[in-house]
Amino acid sequence: MLYAILCYNAEDVVMSWSREEDDAVMARLNLTHERLTAEGKLGPSLRLMPTTAATTLIKSQDLVIDGPYAETKEQLLGFYILDISGLDEGLEIARELGRANPGGAYELRPLRLFLPGAPLT
Amino acid sequence: MIDMAWIDAALISARPQAVGALLRYFRDLDTAEEAFQDACLRALKSWPVNGPPRDPAAWLIMVGRNAGIDGARRRAKQTTLPDEAVLSDIEDAETPLAERLDGADYRDDVLRLMFICCHPDLPATQQVALALRIVSGLSVRQIARAFLVGESAMEQRITRAKAKIASAGVPFETPGPAERAERVAAVAAMIYLLFNEGYSAGGRQDDRARLADEAIRLARLLLRLYQTEPEIMGLTALLLLQHARAAARFDADGEIVLLDDQDRSLWDRRLIGEGLALVDKAMRHRRPGPYQIQAAIAALHGRAARPEDTDWGEIAALYEALERQNPSPVVTLNRAVAVSKTDGPQAALDLIAPLEPRLAGYFHFHGVRGALLLELGQQAEARAAFNQAIALANTPAEAAHIRRHLDRLMLNGETR
Repeated sequence: MLYAILCYNAEDVVMSWSREEDDAVMARLNLTHERLTAEGKLGPSLRLMPTTAATTLIKSQDLVIDGPYAETKEQLLGFYILDISGLDEGLEIARELGRANPGGAYELRPLRLFLPGAPLT
Repeated sequence: MIDMAWIDAALISARPQAVGALLRYFRDLDTAEEAFQDACLRALKSWPVNGPPRDPAAWLIMVGRNAGIDGARRRAKQTTLPDEAVLSDIEDAETPLAERLDGADYRDDVLRLMFICCHPDLPATQQVALALRIVSGLSVRQIARAFLVGESAMEQRITRAKAKIASAGVPFETPGPAERAERVAAVAAMIYLLFNEGYSAGGRQDDRARLADEAIRLARLLLRLYQTEPEIMGLTALLLLQHARAAARFDADGEIVLLDDQDRSLWDRRLIGEGLALVDKAMRHRRPGPYQIQAAIAALHGRAARPEDTDWGEIAALYEALERQNPSPVVTLNRAVAVSKTDGPQAALDLIAPLEPRLAGYFHFHGVRGALLLELGQQAEARAAFNQAIALANTPAEAAHIRRHLDRLMLNGETR
């Protein structure tokens, strides 16, 4: 079953990581990423730039505003697409990722449609 | 489970908001800083055991406020006559925390904290040192190392700067729109100064070079507070685009590598991507300003995969726009470099000739002039210009860079 894990964390905290700390978190996460990839469970995953780089189009008024759509305490900073057996496995993976990258929350959300699209680099 | 690195980052990122709010409560910078320090110590004890709070800044403000009030009560008991006015002020500060969550308050708190570091009577380096101490929370020792001075000298400097802003009076009233814009501009200038302190550190990866990272963090913070300000987008983009080239700006021997000769594979594509996105966002507002124009110039360099792909015509036009906004002989000198690429060295020399009286003591003026003369084959005059540049060089790297030009000149002279 296809699931998305949406990664929420306090952006100002993540932006305050030193380069070394950022590298250390990514190295810890990569252990899980590599295992899941080898098991054929991890599809596309990505990390977003800060919300200050975001622009939002409000469709009804064709209004363009600077910043993210939702002003939240923690911000959407990235996501994973996974092919897993179900919610229990998803939570297990989320807990493992959480040990490597504390703070914030992971939202597990089943996919309704998945189109891989063109291979982007 | 939370690790110390996470707590550290949470304390650092909460600092501007928390100290800003505590400053508003206590109306005294030292009390606010002490209260925040107390709250941090309690966080280090409590968070690993109880888990991190959902909103670290709110937690630190509440705990810091209580710690500050306790401290004031203790001090009040030791004095024979408690100052009623101070105590009643403190009781007022115990109004519900909900007040703090007001977005405008939060923005003004952080802006005020940054703005008090920008007092016009403080020299640029003191503004920057003060911001690193108060806003970023760097230790005096870290700041001293970054500025290559002794710890006690830096301690004195910061104490003097703090005394100056205390006697000037911290502006607590909520600023009006014009005043707020003025403060944002002063803070932007301070962040740019901070960045340049790091940028001028050269290729070293030490405390000083890290100032550039800190400037980017503060610029992003300011932009989060003022998400729709094109000049703050421009400032942030400018810092990101310049910093993206850091690894390529110096060679293994610490010698300057000019833009045209830089290994562009060393440029940080992530920073360039974020910078380009911010330039796009800023342009949409159609309210150009100096930071935006400089960012747009840096963006054109960032977009060019090879030096020969650089759109020099557009860069010359942007420098012309910058000259109109900020007339300065240094900007004209930069425009001349772009003009030399499109219209040749003679056109550029004609452009900079009138600048000589004002830039006669400026290293880059003679360096650029020498390079243009060399392009025209006027070797003797080029050599004279390069020698003047070396005499005015600010760093050994600058002098070495010009000396390499001279060496090449000698070599060409001998082989021709």
